[in-house]
Amino acid sequence: MRKVSRLSRFNIASLALGLAFLYLPILILVLYSFNASRLVTVWGGWSLRWYHEFFNDRAMIEAAWMSLRVAVASATIATLLGTLAAVALSRGERFRGRTLFSGMLYAPLVMPEVITGLSLLLLFVALNAERGFWTVTIAHTTLTMCFVAVVVQSRLGSLDRSLEEAAMDLGCDPVRAFVAVTLPLIAPAIVAGWMLAFTLSLDDLVIASFTTGPGSATLPIRIYSEVRLGVKPEINAICTLVIALIAVVIVIASLASKLSSSQGESAAPL
Amino acid sequence: MSSRRIFARPARFAAIAPYVWMVLFFLVPFAFVLKISLSQTAIAQPPYEPVFDLTAGWDALKAAFAALSVDNFKLLVSDDIYVFAYVRSLTVALTATSLLLLIGYPIAYGMARLPQRWQAVAMVLVIVPFWTSFLIRIYAWINILQHDGLLNQVLLALHLVSQPVVWLSTDTAMYIGIVYSYLPFMILPLYATLAKMEPALEEAAADLGAPPWQVFWLVTFPLSLPGVGAGVLLCFIPIVGEFVIPDLLAGSNALMIGQTLWLEFFTNKDWPVASAAAIVLLVVLLVPLLLYERLQKRQLERGR
Repeated sequence: MRKVSRLSRFNIASLALGLAFLYLPILILVLYSFNASRLVTVWGGWSLRWYHEFFNDRAMIEAAWMSLRVAVASATIATLLGTLAAVALSRGERFRGRTLFSGMLYAPLVMPEVITGLSLLLLFVALNAERGFWTVTIAHTTLTMCFVAVVVQSRLGSLDRSLEEAAMDLGCDPVRAFVAVTLPLIAPAIVAGWMLAFTLSLDDLVIASFTTGPGSATLPIRIYSEVRLGVKPEINAICTLVIALIAVVIVIASLASKLSSSQGESAAPL
Repeated sequence: MSSRRIFARPARFAAIAPYVWMVLFFLVPFAFVLKISLSQTAIAQPPYEPVFDLTAGWDALKAAFAALSVDNFKLLVSDDIYVFAYVRSLTVALTATSLLLLIGYPIAYGMARLPQRWQAVAMVLVIVPFWTSFLIRIYAWINILQHDGLLNQVLLALHLVSQPVVWLSTDTAMYIGIVYSYLPFMILPLYATLAKMEPALEEAAADLGAPPWQVFWLVTFPLSLPGVGAGVLLCFIPIVGEFVIPDLLAGSNALMIGQTLWLEFFTNKDWPVASAAAIVLLVVLLVPLLLYERLQKRQLERGR
């Protein structure tokens, strides 16, 4: 019997090239953030000088602080709303307006950001809302809760529903069954959803540009206006710090999901 | 079974809060975009007229309604700048999506053929760059592509070119940026379908004497079409409205519609035209958006 070779040389080459393409630019960026030379392209030895520069750059620090606050607030609200939406969609069976509801939840996932940003700004202007922290937070929540809903919903879809039913047969009311049985099982997805919402918010330039007001720029807005003027070593340092922060977030997320999935295994073999 | 139905009732109540939120901050804003797209620019705050004022009484409201017009849409259709911008957006998105498919498919295929435990590692490796900021990834490429950047240094050192090549502000740079940013979106759905595929099917085709390219073309590729569809839509739709990548990497002589909208809004302060441009962009994207939504729903609800 002739077997199709499982892993050809072509497969290995395309994988290696693909991963190199994905990682090399970021590695180069990180490396050059430690470059002592002001010229971005000349290697002048190791140095932390650009990190110093960043920590003395008041406007940048303020923007970073604003971004962090928005990211934490919007990710938390989005996780709450997104999880509720996922529960309704995957356990609510049929209900009135379900099609509209799921449509509204899937559309922002692919909707061009310029449209989302513009429409929210027009709403805020019409409401005469003062633009700043809260308007950006609302805008980011609207976008990221859809991602949370998708992540949590796919986890809920793969759960064995007989567990919930067993809890209720044993006398739990539905809310108790959900809190005691379902919630611990979908906890990893909820954590992952929060992390995703957090990084998406930290990352967003377009929607924040539309919905923020004067004097409350987020970090991407500051970085963007600097980058338009050209490459600066300080930006490399800031980008490296953001990458490090996100790396920490990912590690915590994967540890949390490992922890809760091993607990879940002892409680219920899934 | 009955317990399943009992569970459904409180689950439906869970919809209330997110439902209200999405109606308020997703649906209602579109009504505003639509209304302002039918208004005229004005030197005022807010910079358009008419402004609906519910306290002004019925007649003022009627007058405001009468003042709405489709002039902005006529402008969009008749002015070359906008027509070109839409055509360019669609061409760029089409070209970039084809490139993404050509580059992403072999990578996803390689992943699907890895031993089981390596597949999980490869998947994490593909997802991680998606978590790092969009803007940072574009900035990383500016570092590499600039006049005395790494790429030119390498090319010069290898004597492949005698002078630094201009990479920045070209379409090449823009396509590199788009492919780099959207590659995970293409790879993941492709990998998901390829990994589920039964290897016995390919083996059977090979046993019956099909050369490898025929095995791929007649068996593997047709079976992976759902993944191709998801990946293509997931990339194509946002690329059409892309703003950051063309703005930072491409030249300024041919703008995409996302850039035009941004320019009208922030630089020219013409909110009505920007709103009309957004509506047209949405209409252009309606078919792919609906296709994508159906695909997503079918995938998620299959697990139910």
